[in-house]
Amino acid sequence: MSILVDRNTRVIVHGFTGREGTFHAQQCIAYGTQIVGGVVPGKGGQIHLDRPVFNTAISAVEATGANASLIFVPPAFAADAIMEAADAGVALAVCITEGIPTEDMVRAWQFLRSRPTRLIGPNCPGIISPGRCKMGIMPGHIHLEGNVGVVSRSGTLTYEAVGQLTKLGIGQSTCIGIGGDPIIGTTFLDAIQLFNDDPDTHAIVMIGEIGGNAEEQVSAYIRDNVKKPVVGFIAGQTAPPGRRMGHAGAIISGGSGKASDKIAAMRAAGITVCDSPADIGDNVKKRL
Amino acid sequence: MKIHEYQAKAILARYGVPVPRGEVAYTVEEAETAARKLGGSVVVKAQIHAGGRGKGGGVKVAQDAEEAAAISKKMLGMKLVTHQTGPEGRIVQRLLIEETLPIERELYLGIVLDRNQGKAVFMASSAGGMEIEQVAAATPHLILRETMEPGFALQPFQARTLAFGIGVPAASVRSASDAMMALAKAYEDIDASLAEINPFILTKDGKVYALDAKINLDDNALYRHKDLLELRDLNEEDPLEVEASRHGLNYIKLDGTIGCMVNGAGLAMATMDIVKYAGGSPANFLDVGGGANADQIRNAFRILISDKSVHAVFINIFGGILRCDTLATGVVDAARELHVDVPIVVRMEGTNVEKGREIITASGLNFTIAEGMRDGAEKVVALADGKERA
Repeated sequence: MSILVDRNTRVIVHGFTGREGTFHAQQCIAYGTQIVGGVVPGKGGQIHLDRPVFNTAISAVEATGANASLIFVPPAFAADAIMEAADAGVALAVCITEGIPTEDMVRAWQFLRSRPTRLIGPNCPGIISPGRCKMGIMPGHIHLEGNVGVVSRSGTLTYEAVGQLTKLGIGQSTCIGIGGDPIIGTTFLDAIQLFNDDPDTHAIVMIGEIGGNAEEQVSAYIRDNVKKPVVGFIAGQTAPPGRRMGHAGAIISGGSGKASDKIAAMRAAGITVCDSPADIGDNVKKRL
Repeated sequence: MKIHEYQAKAILARYGVPVPRGEVAYTVEEAETAARKLGGSVVVKAQIHAGGRGKGGGVKVAQDAEEAAAISKKMLGMKLVTHQTGPEGRIVQRLLIEETLPIERELYLGIVLDRNQGKAVFMASSAGGMEIEQVAAATPHLILRETMEPGFALQPFQARTLAFGIGVPAASVRSASDAMMALAKAYEDIDASLAEINPFILTKDGKVYALDAKINLDDNALYRHKDLLELRDLNEEDPLEVEASRHGLNYIKLDGTIGCMVNGAGLAMATMDIVKYAGGSPANFLDVGGGANADQIRNAFRILISDKSVHAVFINIFGGILRCDTLATGVVDAARELHVDVPIVVRMEGTNVEKGREIITASGLNFTIAEGMRDGAEKVVALADGKERA
């Protein structure tokens, strides 16, 4: 089984006809994801990749029965697309877009609080339930169906961890990239709770990075609630303080956000924390 | 993006925050003229993008214009080292010449994003003039907070609560809360990621001023603030980092000897970690992004190599959108074009990895292929050891 996305997920793509939207929608379709249409203001009525294009999200949802949105809209318009998807009532919105102004996300986040939609991202690789549904930009072929849940703030580092697992023959139930921005829809805590409640997820991999205190918070939850083995890694252990390493979230200031604080909190919660990013797969194998 | 104190004060003044009278000076003559115009004693403040300037000798009081000129002469061109600049320091190229004010009390005002709430938080403290991180660690009860609801900035009742809370005398509460609301409005309007007035002073005659000001802008929102983009001071940034940003690359110079080229910020950080774990030291952070093309790879490689402290290069790519053959072509072209003489370790995984390896092997250049991150890190550390570049 899996969390959040499966064979019944019906996806509309926002920014469907753009370069990114087209390429990744094709990849998702090839993987077997049910992409049922797209949203591009002004291009309603056209057919793209053999699927209908709509002017608005609400009309796309009404016509196709979509229950999920995959967003590839440029940064200046992405927060608006997130709110439009939520207003159209989809259960899940995944926003891949990188570089959305924080102020826009502050407003979108506030908007989402009164809607039932779960947001993943922005600035993330998306979500995949191997063999069932790929909603994002991750390379599908490195994944394997199985029982390990993976949650991460990073993109390619998630692929690295997944690649290690697959090489060892360890499959994944669902892999979620929650995104590296300061404001994100689905947090580590949300993802870990979902994996904890999923009977087909037998172990969890969490990959954090410097900045913020999400890893510390989720550690307290894991200590008190999670019986499944959890393996973790924190990227940026050697990053100099105060420098922005690509992700807006990865800024250390003062005493919080440091790798050492996160690792200590995770170890205290019984999480196996890897010193080296090359050891993620091996440590999962040991804990299974 | 960071901006200078004088630029931050000019922005805040537009929103109605009282700031001391002052002028920016690029030369000793300008500094002397500014001091004469202001009259009486003045403060000469070095303008660099780092805090702790006072302790480093970057803030000095002059009794008159002649003394201001003498101080400016020493300060302009000097290397200012503070706890935020690192040992290499910054060369002072601009000064702020400001009137002096009769300080009664030093307070603190600041706005940052609270990730947990997804909203900005306005902080105020009676412990002004020191670093807020130290106040937070030693006396957290001295920091008062008000959440800024999106689109509402700071409401008058919130400002009053903070002003009374940090002990502003009743007669000055109105002007203090007006300044706080102006700061909050500015923060929202200009898409700041940090706005700080430290110290926010109360004078002996009951007035309030922003004696210092720091504003960081959200890079992602600069596209809608063309006027603020002009405030960028390239002298404050590493030339290689500026060059990299022009090619859409994310490069940060570090102190080590192993150049790293990676796709994705998380994997790039993890690569630095594993290099260190293998006993080496990364010369940089370089994220070529998820969808880099051959041209970007070539530019990334050029920037990496132009750092003379690089003794060996580690290329670690997990190909998803970025295909391994594209990467390999870019790297081989760049290595030929630039006559690269340092050893290069390539670790590739993911889409089209076999094609990529073929291209690397067939090139006949000084490449070492690695199996996995650990192997790559160990190989590159061994190759970098003891190597000095000609």
